[in-house]
Amino acid sequence: MSLRQRLAASTVWPMLWKEFIQMRRDRLTLGMMLGIPAIQLAMFGYAIQTEVRHLPTVVLDESRSTESLALVDQLRNTGNFDIVGYVADRKALDREIRGGRAMAGVVIPPTFLSDLRRGRTAEAQLIVDAADPLASSAAMSGAVQAGAARSMAILARTTGRGPPLDIRVRPWYNPGLRSAVYIVPGIIGVLLSVTMILITSMSIVRERERGTLEQLIVTPIDKTSLMLGKIVPFVLVGYVQMTVVLLLGRFLFDVPVRGSLPLLYLLTFAFIVASLGMGLFISTLVRSQTQAMQLGFFFLMPNILLSGFMFPREAMPVVAQWLGLVLPLTHFLKVLRGIILKDVGIVELWNPTLVLVLLATLFLVLSVRRFSKRIE
Amino acid sequence: MTDTEAIHSEGLRKVFGELAAVEGLDLTVHRGEVFGLLGPNGSGKTTTIRMLTGLMAPTSGRATIDGVDVTVAPEQVRRRIGYMSQRFGLYDDLTVEENMRFYASVYGLRGDARARRLEELVTELGFGQRLHQMAGTLSGGWKQRLALACATAHRPRVLFLDEPTAGVDPAARRQFWDLIYEFAAQGITILVTTHYMDEAERCRRLAFLSRGHLIAVGTADEVRAQFGQPTIEDVFIELQRRDEGVSV
Ligand SMILES: Nc1ncnc2c1ncn2[C@@H]1O[C@H](COP(=O)(O)OP(=O)(O)OP(=O)(O)O)[C@@H](O)[C@H]1O
Ligand SMILES: [Mg+2]
Repeated sequence: MSLRQRLAASTVWPMLWKEFIQMRRDRLTLGMMLGIPAIQLAMFGYAIQTEVRHLPTVVLDESRSTESLALVDQLRNTGNFDIVGYVADRKALDREIRGGRAMAGVVIPPTFLSDLRRGRTAEAQLIVDAADPLASSAAMSGAVQAGAARSMAILARTTGRGPPLDIRVRPWYNPGLRSAVYIVPGIIGVLLSVTMILITSMSIVRERERGTLEQLIVTPIDKTSLMLGKIVPFVLVGYVQMTVVLLLGRFLFDVPVRGSLPLLYLLTFAFIVASLGMGLFISTLVRSQTQAMQLGFFFLMPNILLSGFMFPREAMPVVAQWLGLVLPLTHFLKVLRGIILKDVGIVELWNPTLVLVLLATLFLVLSVRRFSKRIE
Repeated sequence: MTDTEAIHSEGLRKVFGELAAVEGLDLTVHRGEVFGLLGPNGSGKTTTIRMLTGLMAPTSGRATIDGVDVTVAPEQVRRRIGYMSQRFGLYDDLTVEENMRFYASVYGLRGDARARRLEELVTELGFGQRLHQMAGTLSGGWKQRLALACATAHRPRVLFLDEPTAGVDPAARRQFWDLIYEFAAQGITILVTTHYMDEAERCRRLAFLSRGHLIAVGTADEVRAQFGQPTIEDVFIELQRRDEGVSV
């Protein structure tokens, strides 16, 4: 038989044909798969939009020096603080914040200038209305920015040991505030992981539960065709989901794709297949849809927590960093952020790409190996 | 093993944990035979069929279909057999025609050959206007016909039917058995399980399973004589009584 004849006779075609018909008829699942990206992005989008800028801020400047003025300027320049007034003492400052006229207060102590001069770390305080976590985290990031900028400026002039300036934010609330720019690419990755892993892991088990698998595996259908039939339709779903998020990100949150769109779609393929492979692998380990769901979440959690979507990987313990390396999402995030935010090309991305291809192959081979045309 | 054996098993055994579902089964079904497998619930009929069709690996023993060893060459066996599972196993969300087309294609039929075969099945089984109805909305009798159509799309040499008429009305049962005879007339070997005694009487030969053991094989007359009972139903009830006797 020639290759062409072999290909034409492959059982993958009827399998694909059937899966596409079933997918088309399952309106609920289809609607969910396309609706979820919109809802998820809207949810995150809400958080992004309420990212507080221009906090009304009062200043208690007990230093009254050019350095303290420069610091206040720097804070104002971050865009997170609107200086609405100066107060004379700590009590007045507290009153302003309690009364809701200000959401943040800057306290610059009398020793600020002298500390700087003596090469000691000069401290300033930022007091934030903690009732609004978003406000405090905005203040936090603003203060860190301003502090760093001032430190650099002062360092350039002096040769003091240690950081010349330290702005203490209290109360401390939320380390690091992510902006839309950072979140949109992450959402694509998480969304694809969730749908690809959960839906594939359930689709084979569903046939097992309904009794259709018994009837199917008694035929000469080969395992690879069966598996391909289960995943190929979802590759398309994955691409549609990604496109929806990219479009919403572009027009709602002003996050354009800086890099090459074709490259992004090409490299995404490896990630989608890796996630689908993971889903298939799960389906070979379980007997019911409920189990598939549970195990699916068990696989998903590390993907979300350790990949760098929520927390920066650099800040994690070494073991967590190692674990993160075997997760497809970790590598896909590099691809996503690289292409979308930084216009990075394939040269810089070949490493995560290679890992994704390897993981995809590994999961597919493992699944086909583990799947048996038997019912036990 | 002779050339006339369509199904042959030696010492076929299946153990689930503590339970021996099938115990040392030696069975021979001849080519073109309609062979009935009887036995109370849980006596091991489905397990036997699953082992013969390669769906379950036997704990020990061996089986051949059409001379091909099931454990050694399961894919070759799959090409030769048709199977109707006890539970309806077709796709509820595909139409009658789509289900048939899918199975015909999975069995390797393409293009004209497939179109011709589908047409044959439609006329043979009389689907007509139900062709575009969703399989899930068919009545019990029609579901079973559809399952039969799908199981025979590739003209198998051996057909396994696991309680094909359970929950089907008498008229539909009779029609179904007419179809079984038609297939048998075409030279197809049929192994069928049933709880209906009138159907048992229609089989050329019968085998009785009790707690996984094969306790009687032969024509209906031979089995009746062996147990000294007037009807197959009496044999069945006698068996169940013995079963319970053992368990006490
Ligand atoms: N996958 C399995 N795991 C554990 N036990 C099983 C399994 N399949 C069947 N059994 C047990 O093996 C025994 C034989 O079951 P089997 O389904 O073969 O009986 P059966 O004769 O087909 O019964 P029925 O007339 O109810 O269909 C039963 O006790 C059943 O509970
Ligand atoms: Mg049974």
